[in-house]
Amino acid sequence: MAEHLPVLQVIVPLLAAPLCLLVRVPRIARVLVTVAAWTSLAIAVTLMAEVRTSGTITYALGGWAAPYGIEYRIDLLSAYLLVLVSVVAAVVLSFLPGRPAAQISNHRETHFYAALLLSLAGMLGIAATGDAFNIFVFLEISSISAYSLVALGRRRQALMAAFSYLIIGTIGASFILLGIGFMYHMTGTLNMDELAVYLPQLTSTRTVRVAFAFLFVGVSIKLALFPLHQWLPNAYSEAPAAVSAFLAATSTKISYYLLVRVVFTLFGAAFVFGSLHLDRLLVPLSIAAMFSGSIAAIYQTNVKRLLAYSSVAQVGYMTLGLSFATVTGLTGGLVHLFNHAMMKGGLFLSVACIGSRIGSAQLDDLRGLGRRMPFSMASFVVGGLSLIGIPGTVGFISKWYLVRAALEQGRWLVAGLIVASSLLAVAYVWRVLEVAYFAPRSADDPVVSEVGWKLLLPTWVLIGATVYFGLSADLTVGLAQDVARELVGITGGVTP
Amino acid sequence: MTPGIAIILALLLPACGALAVILARRHPNVRETITIFVTLGTFGAVLSLVAPVHAGLRPGATLFEMLPGLPIRLEIEPLGMLYALVASGLWIVTSLYAIGYMRGHREKHQTRFYACFALSIAAALGIAFAGNLLTLFLFYELLTLVTYPLVTHHGTEKALAAGRVYLGVLMSTSIGFLFTALVWTYLATGSLDFRAGGIVAGKVEGWPLAMLLALFAFGTGKAALMPFHRWLPAAMVAPTPVSALLHAVAVVKAGVFTVLKIVVYIFGVENLRASGASLWLMYAAAFTLVAASVVALVKDNLKARLAYSTISQLAYIVLGAAIATHASILGAGMHIAMHAMGKITLFFCAGAIYVGVHKTEISELDGIGRTMPWTMVAFLLGSLSIIGLPPFGGAWSKWFLVLGAADRHQAFFVAVLMLGSLLAIGYLMPVVVRAFFAQPAAPAADPAASRPAPGIRRFDQAPLLCVLPPCLTAAGCLALFLFADTIADFLRPILEAAMP
Amino acid sequence: MLGLWNYWVVIVLMMMGLYTVISRNNLVKKVMGVAIFQVSIIMFYITIAKVRGGTAPIIPAGGSEGVTYTNPLPHVLMLTAIVVGVATSAVALTLAIRIKEAYGTVEEDQIVRLDHAEAESRQHG
Repeated sequence: MAEHLPVLQVIVPLLAAPLCLLVRVPRIARVLVTVAAWTSLAIAVTLMAEVRTSGTITYALGGWAAPYGIEYRIDLLSAYLLVLVSVVAAVVLSFLPGRPAAQISNHRETHFYAALLLSLAGMLGIAATGDAFNIFVFLEISSISAYSLVALGRRRQALMAAFSYLIIGTIGASFILLGIGFMYHMTGTLNMDELAVYLPQLTSTRTVRVAFAFLFVGVSIKLALFPLHQWLPNAYSEAPAAVSAFLAATSTKISYYLLVRVVFTLFGAAFVFGSLHLDRLLVPLSIAAMFSGSIAAIYQTNVKRLLAYSSVAQVGYMTLGLSFATVTGLTGGLVHLFNHAMMKGGLFLSVACIGSRIGSAQLDDLRGLGRRMPFSMASFVVGGLSLIGIPGTVGFISKWYLVRAALEQGRWLVAGLIVASSLLAVAYVWRVLEVAYFAPRSADDPVVSEVGWKLLLPTWVLIGATVYFGLSADLTVGLAQDVARELVGITGGVTP
Repeated sequence: MTPGIAIILALLLPACGALAVILARRHPNVRETITIFVTLGTFGAVLSLVAPVHAGLRPGATLFEMLPGLPIRLEIEPLGMLYALVASGLWIVTSLYAIGYMRGHREKHQTRFYACFALSIAAALGIAFAGNLLTLFLFYELLTLVTYPLVTHHGTEKALAAGRVYLGVLMSTSIGFLFTALVWTYLATGSLDFRAGGIVAGKVEGWPLAMLLALFAFGTGKAALMPFHRWLPAAMVAPTPVSALLHAVAVVKAGVFTVLKIVVYIFGVENLRASGASLWLMYAAAFTLVAASVVALVKDNLKARLAYSTISQLAYIVLGAAIATHASILGAGMHIAMHAMGKITLFFCAGAIYVGVHKTEISELDGIGRTMPWTMVAFLLGSLSIIGLPPFGGAWSKWFLVLGAADRHQAFFVAVLMLGSLLAIGYLMPVVVRAFFAQPAAPAADPAASRPAPGIRRFDQAPLLCVLPPCLTAAGCLALFLFADTIADFLRPILEAAMP
Repeated sequence: MLGLWNYWVVIVLMMMGLYTVISRNNLVKKVMGVAIFQVSIIMFYITIAKVRGGTAPIIPAGGSEGVTYTNPLPHVLMLTAIVVGVATSAVALTLAIRIKEAYGTVEEDQIVRLDHAEAESRQHG
């Protein structure tokens, strides 16, 4: 059993999905879903422990050896993502006993679970696999189920949001497929290990450069990197709140994983930053993302939309860290991956808590909730402080490494822009706080009370993580640093 | 009690006190009793640390590691000890005052007030006891956040707008400049520890050193160095106990304490003086000193005048830090205590006047010395200390500052310091003179408006608890004069260079 | 140039697909555009699989001495991709049906107009 863990990581949620549909009875389906999520988490943690002690795990699917067979390859980076995605899934799924909170109507509940499990399976597969085409397959599995999840939102605008997401996402995935095709065309292999060996030798050919271009653009679409981010605000604000929490905390993270794989593992930093000078493109785009996302967030009247635009900005931080191509920079990007997942997941869940009582996510409707729903609003406050980067929260840790990486390379302007955009976060977080704590509740507002512990617990688990890992970041930073060293080390980064 | 435990206790007591206050919210008398006991306990814990620090020990405690290689560390040295004593000692007086004020004024949200107050003291003590820059930054930001509800206490549009200025200026400076300075220091020196003699010597030189100093000085928005001073007058919208303790003592002293500590323990006094990197800061501080005093001259609102006076007095401390001679550093450190005692007296009086007779503008205060004699005498004594006349504490700190400027042959700055005192006379003495010697204005058209709230013991037209504390602190100004050389001796060890 | 005519087909199909997605208002036509786009990529894979002088990748009766096969792997990959494309189109068309039920139209500009009207009435209502 133990040696099959890599594939079980994907199979458990994958099989649980149709089972949920067959089972029909929501209560049993709920049990099934919880079991599947927690089992995935257990497997992910076991795999991480194994990778930490004995190094990269390889697993040949069906016994067919690579490079002809599909190989699952779990190294430190993959394990990091596996743990992150399964933790978020487990927490968000334990949020769902409050079905009204998730805004799912009754007869669609089993469909919801099936889609969520499929999305989870897809994302776990992307992280676990070592075969390029397999990545595409899992990417589409997770994306198509994500489109359906978004469409489950309450308003009819959710349908259009899901449709746009589908169109743009499919184009992105098709670009990735094209890139894979070019890579295969030049090297004759789909195994990422072998590609990592052959591709750097062929980087002078135009085909390989085109392959990189398509892969980069495709992944950027999935990552919602400025200016290809247009699908994200609609999708995250129209989706049911629990879905937004899940997707915000996982799908962009997996796309970032893909970017890291493409840049560092497949093509190598020497090519990407050395001859293609991708940093000249990526740094301005990241900074544009940081500012456009934050500024747009300040003007939103809907809290979910505000958080969605904030996510666009945070993706900019992650890619900025990557574009430095140093150990510190990549550590910053990777640690922000984890930190943002905790922050945004927690924030969307707190919005879900609030939404379950007031039935809306409009900023004006949050009037006076500071007193009526103290714990839900408190969780929003802590998450917001983390977005700003107050020391003691994980946001500070990320900012520390990003500014450090910028200063290490003498990029004073970039460092200044990083801190400037953090200040924008103060503006949009404080808008919400002022309404919630200072605007009085008027007579015709519905009387609301705090949500129960079943909804508060998962929210506070994620928000608590933002404080815990902000006060003692050894674990997350240590992991991110090990991963960064491994990645920058093999293929050679830019020395600071 | 070992020093290590005392340090943790000093931080934990106010924090737990805040929690206890929240739990006791339905029983105001219990709540207030908790507050008083916690203030006494905290001061006791802080006091117990004086002897070991004076003996040369540097007790500390490492809490946890936030970043690899950068722990959250507490460590006490004389400067921090002084600040901690000032903050925790004056907290006792202010709590008494706050009880009088909040009840006399029938303020709302009193629980939130007392809880946030306690948390601010915890944060201030955290700053005082910080063992490295990271810990200081952590508690510095916490102080900003925890004092925000106090500034916006009244919840009105005006309070919210003031809160936005407060937060905006403080956050922008701390995240924009101070954080950058922190990262730069870490990259240049590999450490963020406070060490005798500083850590940047030899690692950062020339104009980058001046840049780094600029980032630190302007990054410490709480030191109210112009042009980042706007938050201070804006914060006057808060109830007077808040202005008194926080914006005369805890928050602003956190700012100048930070500047002073960084000059002594990060840059190194000798290093800074020799490099000349702080010359620009001397001019910036001098400008703030004079400009703020001039603005104070024209303000009719008493609290606004006191606010600009505070900005000016803080500049004294920053100037002392920038001059970077032994005497000026000592003077700056002493001024932390002297100004705190003097200014809190003035704010207490302003609050007592407001609660008692509902007056806020100086032009309305003619002849009030007759009806509120004790209050105005306290105001007089506090003013004399701020102006810097013996036999009040302010005289000694001014003396050391002038001595320090002279040591460095900076006649210009000696003149600036003198000018500051003259301007202080100009903006403080008229208040006293008008109070005692001018004819009172016609009685208010509506006597009911100025009728005091019933059920409060009245003395001097204001609640007793609003008049007693300023009298105590005014006496404190006198006492500080007598103990000034004790303070100077206590602070002298910080000037020792690093062990070779 | 002319020898690479197969790649030109791929490019033309791809551009047709993308153009349809961007320029057509009708949601169903957008779906078709994406499908054409995906087909072009399938074509690309198929075309790179072909080996000059290669035959179908089936071992003939007389053994595989001296026989050149075209590469079967891309074909296999594209079977998967076709399935993915079918699933995507199915979800997309289902969404279009739901949108038709909710809005009464599948023309994007009318949907946008209806959304705006709804948002304005909510503001003024």
